[in-house]
Amino acid sequence: MELLSNLSLGFGVAFTPINLLYAFIGCLLGTAIGVLPGIGPVATIAMLLPATYALPPVSALIMLAGIYYGAAYGGSTTAILVNLPGESSSVVTVIDGYQMARQGRAGPALAAAGIGSFFAGSVATLILAAFAAPLTEVAFKFGPAEYFSLMVLGLIGAVVLASGSLVKAVAMIVLGLLLGLIGTDVNSGVARYSFDIPELTDGVGFIVIAMGVFGYGEIISNLGKHADEREVFTNAVKGLFPTREDFKRMAPAILRGTALGSALGILPGGGALLSAFAAYTIEKKTKLQPGEVPFGKGNIRGVAAPESANNAGSQTSFIPLLTLGIPPNAVMALMVGAMTIHNIQPGPQVMTSNPQLFWGLIASMWIGNAMLIILNLPLIGMWIKLLTVPYRWLFPAIVLFCAIGVYSTNNNTWDIWMVALFGIIGYGFIKLGAEPAPLLLGFILGPMMEENLRRALLLSRGDWSVFVTRPLSAGLLAAALLLLAIVLLPSIKAKREDVFHEEEA
Amino acid sequence: MRIKSQKDFLAGLMFTIVGIGFAWGATNYTIGEGARMGPGYFPLMLGIVLAVLGLIVTFTALVVETEDGDKVGAIAWKPLCFIIGSNIVFGICLGGIPKLGIPSLGLIVGIYALTFIASMAGDEHKSKEVLVLATVLAVVSYLAFIVLLNLQFPVWPSFISR
Repeated sequence: MELLSNLSLGFGVAFTPINLLYAFIGCLLGTAIGVLPGIGPVATIAMLLPATYALPPVSALIMLAGIYYGAAYGGSTTAILVNLPGESSSVVTVIDGYQMARQGRAGPALAAAGIGSFFAGSVATLILAAFAAPLTEVAFKFGPAEYFSLMVLGLIGAVVLASGSLVKAVAMIVLGLLLGLIGTDVNSGVARYSFDIPELTDGVGFIVIAMGVFGYGEIISNLGKHADEREVFTNAVKGLFPTREDFKRMAPAILRGTALGSALGILPGGGALLSAFAAYTIEKKTKLQPGEVPFGKGNIRGVAAPESANNAGSQTSFIPLLTLGIPPNAVMALMVGAMTIHNIQPGPQVMTSNPQLFWGLIASMWIGNAMLIILNLPLIGMWIKLLTVPYRWLFPAIVLFCAIGVYSTNNNTWDIWMVALFGIIGYGFIKLGAEPAPLLLGFILGPMMEENLRRALLLSRGDWSVFVTRPLSAGLLAAALLLLAIVLLPSIKAKREDVFHEEEA
Repeated sequence: MRIKSQKDFLAGLMFTIVGIGFAWGATNYTIGEGARMGPGYFPLMLGIVLAVLGLIVTFTALVVETEDGDKVGAIAWKPLCFIIGSNIVFGICLGGIPKLGIPSLGLIVGIYALTFIASMAGDEHKSKEVLVLATVLAVVSYLAFIVLLNLQFPVWPSFISR
């Protein structure tokens, strides 16, 4: 079977001691930074990206994947123990997870999250491996018009999930697209918006934006709020293992979460957040068995299902990236940036031109998941210790690592000045209630979108109808319209606000 | 007319101004036409879209009622200045300012400077504690970034290492 031979190739690459080590280091670092409250996967990856510069591409990507899973898992630990979601996709985990921790059942909650994530990750990795090849075939049928429409769909999908105002989210995307255009235009060689500054002709670095907006912006905003007492359950974690009763309840929840997450993760704009929300909603709809704790009061299914779903979703959201080269969310946008730094242009050609990298990465996803469960359950005590480190020690360290990371991108102080600027801008975004994740996605897609729009219209001799007369492209645009229409429907709109209110409550 | 959502009102204004800025900037480049787009075509289009979106946000902020006026709230000047300031000082330590004759002081000095300035942003500031923190960070960074990852940094002040 082709799938098996591909997977064995992948495991052959990933199972070398050195790559295993990088996967391990990645998971460890990712979890260590990810458990810190207020630092999501985007900031974590941006901060740790420089650590991978010196590595060969395969090892670097393996380590980055490890960082990503580690950060995601660290986020759920924070959610359960501190009642603070470390990232957006663990907001629903907070609801029941924190209640379990308060009842002294933090151990089983963490175990449920870990086991669920591992199972979901394993399944999603298989799905990824199975679907990658056929999807790549489809990708080769894509012309510039299809790519453009797909990006529109992806961007719309991404904003549908942004909390708060939809128009503001779309505006943030457009702002991101515009920022992405700064620098030399590849077609004409004209330096756009560079104000005759030589460094700007290369454009603004995406690391600069990611760190400035997600790192500095959030630190400043966190420090501006008054430090409320963080209640950390340090002593409460005894008896890690769920009871048999727990297992019986969480097993179906994990299965449902995995299925849902895998499906939703593939959708553009889908991924972890949507999957977690959907999984929790479904669990809530199912009937409670006699003697079961209601949802919101510490039901283990309320932890297991969303955690499985968000892990499955974050896994399968690699599919659009690896097959089409289009990042479906901000984290994947960072991965694109990381690949570009290592001279890999993500897209359908990666699988054929660089099969070792492709399958090695997929295999390392599974390894990363396995490592997480090995790493996190026994080491949970250490992560809890990390949670009790006072913020006044943490934030100078975070600022430092951001600054070092930014400098090492180009060994140039110019990037340090830029990250200062984007730190201020990022703080402004937070103050104005404009969510920055769509901006980053737009920033990465900006040049790609322009290029494909240009090529599509060149081929059609300036006829815009090309986007609707080509069936694939028309279908993608229709899907984007449908998404928009659904979100704007009054009944759904109310519900959407409801969901995000629940998140804040 | 009363502003019903301060956040949205200002956000909308920002989008509009930035959009107009980009669109106006795009007119300095060749616009071209659909079939042969110049470098100004796409940014002009996006700039106009952004400005329009900004207007919609501003308009909504004037019309749609919110519970508490959606105030922007006080700006955290202290953390803003110290965090950004520490970052800039760190940059100066690494690169120096050749124009003003300030030499590069290197990574280690930079780490101490950054830690000290950044920690002023918090509520508590104990010099001894910060000193310990800075030393730990300096040692860790040296080992991780210079020894282990072999990143290219000026580690010591340029007048010593030369």
